[in-house]
Amino acid sequence: MLTRRTMLRGLAGGAGAVAATPLCREAQARGARHLPDGALGLLFDGTLCIGCRACMAACKEANDLPAEHTALTIGNYWDAPLDISGETLNVIKCYREGAGTKKDEVKDGFAFTKVSCMHCVDPSCVSACPVSAMTKDQVTGVVKYNVDACIGCRYCVAACPFNVPRFTFDTPDPHISKCQLCYHRAVDGKYAACAEVCPTGATLFGPVIDLKAEIARRRALTPGAETTYPRGKIGGTDTYRGAAGRYVARTYGEHEIGGTQVMHLSGVPFELLNKPKLPSVAPARISESLQHAIYNNLIAPLGFLGALALLAWRNMRPKRDAAPPPTGGGS
Amino acid sequence: MSAAAEPRPDEAAPIGGRIWSPFIGVLALLVGVAGAVIAVRFLRGLGAVTNLSDGYPWGLWIAYDDVIGSALGASGFTVAFVVYILNRGQYHPMVRPALLTALFGYLLAGASVVIDLGRYWDFWHVFLPRYAQWNSVLLGVSLCMTAYTLVLFLELMPVVLEKLGWKRTRQKIDRLLFVVVAIGVVLPTIHQASLGSMLLVFGPQIDPLYQTQLLPVLFLSSTMGMGLAAVVIESSVTSLALRRPVERELLTKLMKVGQVVAAAFVVARFIDLAVRGQLGGLVVARPLVLLFWIETALFAAPVVLLWGPASHRPARVFVAAMAMAVAGILYRLDAYLVAYDTGAGWHYFPSLGELVVTIGLIAFEILAFIIAIRVLPVLPKLGGARAAAGPA
Repeated sequence: MLTRRTMLRGLAGGAGAVAATPLCREAQARGARHLPDGALGLLFDGTLCIGCRACMAACKEANDLPAEHTALTIGNYWDAPLDISGETLNVIKCYREGAGTKKDEVKDGFAFTKVSCMHCVDPSCVSACPVSAMTKDQVTGVVKYNVDACIGCRYCVAACPFNVPRFTFDTPDPHISKCQLCYHRAVDGKYAACAEVCPTGATLFGPVIDLKAEIARRRALTPGAETTYPRGKIGGTDTYRGAAGRYVARTYGEHEIGGTQVMHLSGVPFELLNKPKLPSVAPARISESLQHAIYNNLIAPLGFLGALALLAWRNMRPKRDAAPPPTGGGS
Repeated sequence: MSAAAEPRPDEAAPIGGRIWSPFIGVLALLVGVAGAVIAVRFLRGLGAVTNLSDGYPWGLWIAYDDVIGSALGASGFTVAFVVYILNRGQYHPMVRPALLTALFGYLLAGASVVIDLGRYWDFWHVFLPRYAQWNSVLLGVSLCMTAYTLVLFLELMPVVLEKLGWKRTRQKIDRLLFVVVAIGVVLPTIHQASLGSMLLVFGPQIDPLYQTQLLPVLFLSSTMGMGLAAVVIESSVTSLALRRPVERELLTKLMKVGQVVAAAFVVARFIDLAVRGQLGGLVVARPLVLLFWIETALFAAPVVLLWGPASHRPARVFVAAMAMAVAGILYRLDAYLVAYDTGAGWHYFPSLGELVVTIGLIAFEILAFIIAIRVLPVLPKLGGARAAAGPA
């Protein structure tokens, strides 16, 4: 009773089952992702930062986050977090060397840096997430998190090379935390709270294309010369007068894993600020290209399945035909 | 064609005997302690019992229970492949125990995923197209592993039907078993390779000695070696424990396949390192390099041990299988945990709670296996079996 029809039916069933495996209908090797047209981001200029941490307090308030307890050797503090966490999305950190008196100098100096989501052009967290809880906004490029989709697998936490998405390990009802560029405030005509409150314009909000132009402008200035900086968001009326910075050559975020929408300028090398040294090709691009090549619209897996099914069918004929099967094995 | 003339493999039968014993008691105790730790995890969160952090968000439960547990469970698919696809019917007595080991391995991998998932009550999101994110390697792995666990149930259906005596259902299932077997080879092939691909998106956070586009190939080949080794170890231990004759011929032949796989793994790995210009990194003194060489020695052990005239000695075969299994385990632990570095200041070593849960899951696996072979027709019926399997 083992007919060709049975076999074909079996193969069809097999195809259905494998179709439930990760298939990708997109083209195979995928190219680099590009900045969305309406990309929004931040520019953090460490030479302007005075370390007041108003941005950290504003971030907590805007995102309705609880105060965090920090045990330091000099005492116990509330809301002096040393790093981002499940309850803190933005932290200003300080580099210090020797006497620590000269701003933005390596020797005997100090410098500030900001730690928060970089809003990658090709984010690893979005590529990793199995359930679309991490998404990149098509228009603004903001990397958003949806707790209602999240299953708490923490693949995003592990995947991010900037170590940004964080997880609340100490609760039975956990979630991922990360900066979402205050996109929820846009409906009220507001923008990223950290930039809004920054007194010196060290954190500046705006379209990435404008921020890049502003970076070019600052780099062209003579260090020390007085200049006018936009404050809050780019293109606004609020300004700040200050001396032009002396920058290291690199803009952090320009090329890192395919570029990011948050960019950093600094007076000291980024390695000293604990910014990871990263390649310019996005790991997500490598990972997805390889996956697409393997699955290739399921041609290879299905062909493999068909061949195996045929061999298994020939080798597993029912007991009673003790005689060798007729050659060809077709029917 | 010659294989078609082979006698059909002999029947399987429950081995019977008393289920309760002091050993079973110890296993049950380990399972109980693990259950208590799991209860604390569900009541108070992952942080209460694990050493996980934002720098090491994945720990022992992912690396051992899922990645390694499922690879050892590959015994099911490698043996099914050898018996049904390569038509080496003489290995048939190995099929059922291998499938059973695989089923427990995968069920427990699934269980530990639920324990490890922060928002486990929403785990079903991976099955809904509405949430699917097809670029995620993890989504593919989740779907494949779930599907394969179901396939394992189907592959083991004849065991249960035999026990129940439902002959007609059994015959119907037997006729379609070839499809199930084929799917049961394709799915593990895909997801065991993908368990390697999972690390690709970690990019430079994985040490260059381990981060390579060859990850899927390295994971798949070492999985096959681990699967074969698991069959040999499980069969040897069962034979010794139950004072049944050791399947010397079969185990040796299976490990010979393992020998080829291990050799292929080592060669592929060194070619990959050479192509990527990383060979220089192998002479730098640091812990990961030491671990790399230990792995390489363990992978090379079966290749060397099974060479030459003395390779048929059961002790050799057993040691080769142990080396192969430990090699695969170490390679996975290193790739997932030791080679992973997300920046200064982060450290991870499994907590007592994590270890207790992992040990408890392994104990449960052994416990369930012992009970299953006592009440279900899994192991070959004794008497006459050896003669049939004899000539090579």
